[in-house]
Amino acid sequence: MFGFGILSGLVFLPLVGVAFIVALRGNDEASVNNARWAALITTLVDFLLSLYAYSKFDTTSAAFQLVEQKSWFGSGLVYKMGVDGISMPFVILTAFLMPICIIASWQSVTSRVKEYMIAFLVLETLMLGVFCALDLVLFYLFFEGGLIPMFLIIGIWGGKRRIYASFKFFLYTLLGSLLMLIAVMAMYGVAGTTDITVLLKTVFPSAMQKWLWLGFFASLAVKMPMWPVHTWLPDAHVEAPTAGSVILAGILLKMGGYGFLRFSLPMFPEASAYFAPLVFALSIVAIIYTSLVALVQEDMKKLIAYSSVAHMGFVTMGLFSMTEQGVQGAIFQMISHGLVSGALFLCVGVVYDRLHTREIAAYGGLVERMPLYAVVFMVFTMANVGLPGTSGFVGEFLTMLGTFRFNNWVAALAATGTILSAAYALYLYRRIIFGVLEKPALKAMLDLSPREIAILAPLLVLTIYYGVHPAPILDGTAASVAGLVQGYHTALATVVKTAALH
Amino acid sequence: MTSLSFALAHSLPEVILGAGAIVLVLLGAIRGRDSDGPMTELAVGILGLAILVILLGSKTNATIYDHAFIDDAFGRFMKVLAYSGSLVTLLMAQDFLSKAKIDKFEFPILVLLSTLGMSMLISAAGLIALYLGLELMSLALYVIAAFHRDDRRASEAGLKYFVLGALSSGMLLYGASLLYGFAGTVSFAGIATALKGTPGLGVIFGLVFLMAGLAFKMSAVPFHMWTPDVYEGAPTPVTAFFATAPKLAAVAITIRVVMTAFPGITLQWQQIVIFISILSMALGSFAAIGQTNIKRLMAYSSIGHIGFALVGLAAGTQMGVAGVLFYMSIYLVMVLGTFAAILSMRVDGKPVELISDLSGLARTDGAMAFFLAMMMFSLAGIPPLAGFFAKFYVFNAAVHAHLYGLAVIGFLTSVVAAVYYLRIVKIMYFDEPVGGFDKAAPVLRVVLAITGVLVTFFFAYPAPAVDAASIAAKSLF
Repeated sequence: MFGFGILSGLVFLPLVGVAFIVALRGNDEASVNNARWAALITTLVDFLLSLYAYSKFDTTSAAFQLVEQKSWFGSGLVYKMGVDGISMPFVILTAFLMPICIIASWQSVTSRVKEYMIAFLVLETLMLGVFCALDLVLFYLFFEGGLIPMFLIIGIWGGKRRIYASFKFFLYTLLGSLLMLIAVMAMYGVAGTTDITVLLKTVFPSAMQKWLWLGFFASLAVKMPMWPVHTWLPDAHVEAPTAGSVILAGILLKMGGYGFLRFSLPMFPEASAYFAPLVFALSIVAIIYTSLVALVQEDMKKLIAYSSVAHMGFVTMGLFSMTEQGVQGAIFQMISHGLVSGALFLCVGVVYDRLHTREIAAYGGLVERMPLYAVVFMVFTMANVGLPGTSGFVGEFLTMLGTFRFNNWVAALAATGTILSAAYALYLYRRIIFGVLEKPALKAMLDLSPREIAILAPLLVLTIYYGVHPAPILDGTAASVAGLVQGYHTALATVVKTAALH
Repeated sequence: MTSLSFALAHSLPEVILGAGAIVLVLLGAIRGRDSDGPMTELAVGILGLAILVILLGSKTNATIYDHAFIDDAFGRFMKVLAYSGSLVTLLMAQDFLSKAKIDKFEFPILVLLSTLGMSMLISAAGLIALYLGLELMSLALYVIAAFHRDDRRASEAGLKYFVLGALSSGMLLYGASLLYGFAGTVSFAGIATALKGTPGLGVIFGLVFLMAGLAFKMSAVPFHMWTPDVYEGAPTPVTAFFATAPKLAAVAITIRVVMTAFPGITLQWQQIVIFISILSMALGSFAAIGQTNIKRLMAYSSIGHIGFALVGLAAGTQMGVAGVLFYMSIYLVMVLGTFAAILSMRVDGKPVELISDLSGLARTDGAMAFFLAMMMFSLAGIPPLAGFFAKFYVFNAAVHAHLYGLAVIGFLTSVVAAVYYLRIVKIMYFDEPVGGFDKAAPVLRVVLAITGVLVTFFFAYPAPAVDAASIAAKSLF
């Protein structure tokens, strides 16, 4: 339509849902319900559209596919969309998680429902845009634009300290992103365009690469988040409504890893090699330190938030090992974490909706009242630990394998992180599910409702399915990752060769 | 040698404004009544006609009136913006002035005369024309600042503005006389030819004083002191006017002076521009955080935005000038929209100005809260809103000119500035409602809606504004 392709349709479809909800009049129960259904149908259709896009996608090719291009701003800036094996899984993950978020908010959000649905749909457009954009400024637009709806989601529908958390989230991310924007402008100056496909072929001077890398790192490390700029994440997670936490953990954090894959590694290979030890050091600190911090948390969401930081440490470590296993493992870990941590936040939401507290001490012995919940929660806890047979295992194993080929010590230290993750995850599980059911408030708790089963079941199935059969994701990304790793090593070899010639 | 008709054809917009102002004065005197009557509508018609004449008129460049007046794409671009600013503020003012019982017929005439002054200022090709335009603009502004003469704050604002304005005019004249003394001519082109090679100390002195006078009119730090008091004290529509049209004119003439009169000594004026740009961005960001009055906040915000716009000028390139022009056009839209919202803030028929009055607006008036929130995010420079692209273009020019330090400082200050823009969003969306406002005049709603849509959906079709700005910038080089 109008010369736009599938990806544009995919990205902008949620805005159609927004237009529909805006057009709804009145604030009575019926129109609020219409808004809910409109949001759900929009996100479901969008998910189907993403599957359709995947069916048109050739997984054996490393090239950008489904590319569409339009002139946008006069000089250099183009409207260009396209996906490759690296971005495709994230597109599907985003489209998959959105309907779940909408259903998860069906009953727990009662005030200003229309605005809530609008914020989520706008956020979906912006997140999908991030993964589809093939122009750096367009990417930045989507990347940074996501701050506005997320700021409102945390600030309006959040918990007690929501204002503090929303400002912290916004300002932290903005500060990092603006430094990236300067790097973008500098690249624009060198290449004369912001078309990502052209920039991937541009060789930047080695001194400049380091500055550009640092500019991107400032933004991506905050988004990831890496230690020590992770402190916004626990606050944002704790205060955000359940669905907001799912989106934060499931997708927004992945933008950091995606940015490393798309820009830092292929565009600045020399600088990436130069700074790799720094990234490893920060990743190891993140894995060990935040796991220890997670052990002593009193708040369920905060515990899961810290565990997210630790898991993202595996991702950055795998990425910068620059081996095929490491990078593929990192991508797999991101997808798996998107499913598992999203599910864990949903699990917290289930009990929070009943008791309205996230304090771990307020629970205990839930297995007596909620056996089904105990089973579901256990599977996701095990996946979070990285137990073989769940998707969490594949990612952690591959990243460590890749890192072993690069540096034994880094991998060995990271392995201690898995032990710590078992410690905090099982400790959390024991305190909530097992023990004696003494608190009177807990005695009236009901097990999972059909709606809750409906949102957790697909996540559960996928977590186990990808744990047993990871091939669909690994095959889909293989060609693009091989291209990335090869290009990286060729670029480094060229640098060594030219250095030898001089 | 050019014929009079040729000259008149190229200064037709100014002729229309001047003649229109005279006719309105006569009409007002003949009517013999104080009240506004149809005067605002007539003034709006005159401004609209002038805009049409520029848009549809000849696109050729010419220097007329003995090298005092230049008609070029740059001038036409800025004039359209300035006229539009005047036109919209006139429309928005009517309701406020009649409710405050100060809807005198002089108001639209003074705005017209001031706009005529801006127009001459934008097109000035020499120091004398510059001064004439500047004073015509300023004298009318001094009067309308104190237009609510029974209001103590407004009188104070007018007097303060006048005294400080007179001082700045003195500095500007002193600088102009030094430049005339060293260059032997008042025309910008003549000064440029006379100042080839290393400039003497006297020229630098002249440049500094001239820039000081212009910085005062742009309200750039360190000549910003009048801004918060005048913005707060003046009647709100007057503040809206101050924040838009005169500012555009002052920025336009600053660009024209440095680009056409001092292209040979870029290094010298660049330092000055960088200096005032950094100070303005920093002060505009930090000082606004503690404000409780929204007009005062907008004063600091406008200081900060001048700093951002000057980042583009500091680059000293055609790209930079295009960036500034683009920035100012988006700034105009954002400020008009914001003031449309501020003018709508009335409780029980009385205007209110505190930021806390906006509490919970999202629940009492969702549309107004949404558009005002979009203005705030846009002023903070968050994509995908128009304000982001404005910042992108000026900073891009600075990065291309290798002014990395300036770009980094600029971005850091814009994070600080984001704090107070977000605070307004927070108050509207996160806080509990406090009652809500009276029903706003339709014209204010329309202005807010149009500017809101422009700012929010600018990304969908940005090409015309970007192209117009770069064509306008080209005519200076």
